[in-house]
Amino acid sequence: MTEVEIDVRGETCPVPLVECRKALKKASPGDLVLIKGTHPASKKEIPMACEALGLEVLGIEDKEAGKEWEIKIRR
Amino acid sequence: MPEKEYKSEKAVLILHSGDMDKFYSALIIGNGALAMGMEASIYFTFWGLLRLKKGELEKGPLSKMHMLGLGKKMVGNRMKKANVASLEKLMSDYKELGGKIIACEMTMEIMGIKKEELRTEWIDTWGAVGTYIQEAKGASLTLFI
Repeated sequence: MTEVEIDVRGETCPVPLVECRKALKKASPGDLVLIKGTHPASKKEIPMACEALGLEVLGIEDKEAGKEWEIKIRR
Repeated sequence: MPEKEYKSEKAVLILHSGDMDKFYSALIIGNGALAMGMEASIYFTFWGLLRLKKGELEKGPLSKMHMLGLGKKMVGNRMKKANVASLEKLMSDYKELGGKIIACEMTMEIMGIKKEELRTEWIDTWGAVGTYIQEAKGASLTLFI
């Protein structure tokens, strides 16, 4: 099991969602994907995409006084 | 929980416009659908197909306030500031996530476009209305842009 980190801080629609999907596609079942971003809508939409894909979101954390977020997903 | 192996839903878009902003809409929706686990196809027809000619991807005018290119330049600067991805990147992401591109053969005939003038590395199928209907009849989302 490996952990992959994706940094999309500063990126806007649809890049965070697309980079997240690309990372999930490359990962193997059981791998962890950590995605770091700043785009507000993606913080809601990445968990929505995970639900649609049937993947488990392990955590959503706010960083830098709410300016950044981190989402952890198990592939 | 393993990722679902099957894809149950599909988005099928028609891109009739060759305008830069509308091309963005089509690629953003297509990429969004793929990112959310759907299948996606974009049928490029008429002015939309011109954007698939070599060197023409980013050359579309703005659908409103183009003002001989001045408006496009201004919007382009705002987009750069907002860090909006290029059409080239969105297209390569779309293909990487398994997005399908259909090129309209009638448009090629009308506009005198030859296959070798198009970015054929992106095109999965060459077709006509029947191909679109075949794709779209099972789709849960279809749009004409």
